[in-house]
Amino acid sequence: MANTDTVLEHDVHGEQGSDWSGGTAPFKTSYGKLMMWYFLLSDAFTFAGFLIAYGALRFSSATWPVPDFVFSTAPFGIHDAPLIFVTIMSFLLIISSVTMVRAVQEGHRENQNGALFWLVLTILGGLGFLSCQAWEWTNLIATEHMSVTTNPFGTHTAAGVYLNEDGSESDEVFDAGDSYLMHKAGGGHGEGEEHGDDHAGEHDYSQGDHAGYFVDDRNFIHRKFKVTEGPDAGQVQTESFGPKAFGALFFFITGFHGFHVFSGVVFLIIIAINVASGIYVQRKNGYEMVEKIGLYWHFVDLVWVFVFLVFYLL
Amino acid sequence: MSEHLSYEESIKKVYKGLGLLAVVTLVEVFISLLGKGYVPGFKWVENYQVALGIVAIGLIVLSIYKAYFIIYEFMHMRYEVKGLAVSVLLPTVLLIWAIIAFFQEGNAWKDRRQQIEEKNKEEVESAPLEGAIPADTYRLDNLS
Repeated sequence: MANTDTVLEHDVHGEQGSDWSGGTAPFKTSYGKLMMWYFLLSDAFTFAGFLIAYGALRFSSATWPVPDFVFSTAPFGIHDAPLIFVTIMSFLLIISSVTMVRAVQEGHRENQNGALFWLVLTILGGLGFLSCQAWEWTNLIATEHMSVTTNPFGTHTAAGVYLNEDGSESDEVFDAGDSYLMHKAGGGHGEGEEHGDDHAGEHDYSQGDHAGYFVDDRNFIHRKFKVTEGPDAGQVQTESFGPKAFGALFFFITGFHGFHVFSGVVFLIIIAINVASGIYVQRKNGYEMVEKIGLYWHFVDLVWVFVFLVFYLL
Repeated sequence: MSEHLSYEESIKKVYKGLGLLAVVTLVEVFISLLGKGYVPGFKWVENYQVALGIVAIGLIVLSIYKAYFIIYEFMHMRYEVKGLAVSVLLPTVLLIWAIIAFFQEGNAWKDRRQQIEEKNKEEVESAPLEGAIPADTYRLDNLS
């Protein structure tokens, strides 16, 4: 940077080729910010690859679990509240994005305490989001027994009626497109599911075929039902697992996003410590590090907009 | 940063942005639940599939609007040089083709799976055909 002054002295706009003589920042922005933009572009392509894979696999499946059935539980025993919990998660990320903008603004004014205050709020927002995600994953894995290779959320392809324990028809009817969750014998029952809670415990859920249900070798209870519509009308069928890809895609994509949030929180903590230590007061470019982590943090929010769209809304 | 705005104005703008994003998110959730039949009266609408398509397009448009707002306001793309905006945003246009191509591919997988399922269900007639050549006609071990 020693010869910067001499380069800037002659008129850069008048002479041909002067852009190559150095000293001017391309796109009038710093190297660090420009590279952050390009990193985010490459990261956007990674996420787009994942989300497009989700779309292609969803299009290739005859049925797909209905999201507002899968994601209808919330902490403190709340059920049948479709999408409410993920909406709260979205709000947490949006609010933390706004506090990040405030931190960048205060950094611009060289207001050390202000920048630190808003950064800490942003960190709290990120931690809140991660906690919500931890609860969501715990519920899906431990209570509802979804895993990367198992998807107990299935969807009916025709209307029908469930059978009672003794094989007679019950009054529990369903339509084509309704989703169900298969419970595990002896295991915890899914909170707030539409069926299955009434026959917990006192029945014989030994492995094998029963009149009203079938228990497979992993203790999943496949309930039997009678189809009342379409070419298979009158047949007795058993519930089957939903498309395997659903579990794998859900855990990989929300996990990858959650990992971005986690690393974002780690970087935010580092930068908050730097702000508190006063190191940016002495720097030539001031609080530019706050701006760079801000770009990253907004990008995490941006990705969530699309994860929210494809997994929960559509 | 918005050089042309005063400090107070830019703070006001940030909180307006928060309100905007919150309202758009709530509208999205409402539209999504409307499409899923949680809001009474919608599931009995004529052309339910068409209505679902409109709901999906509406959700995608609202999400893209949110993305635009986050990039242009919160990430300050509006205040950057045009060349920077173009060099970051233009490559994402490639994704449009990726989406079209892979969704087409997904549909083709589904068709192929259905085709295989139908073929598996087909039953071949097992009754012997009248006047058919005996099965051992061309067996070489009969020649000796």
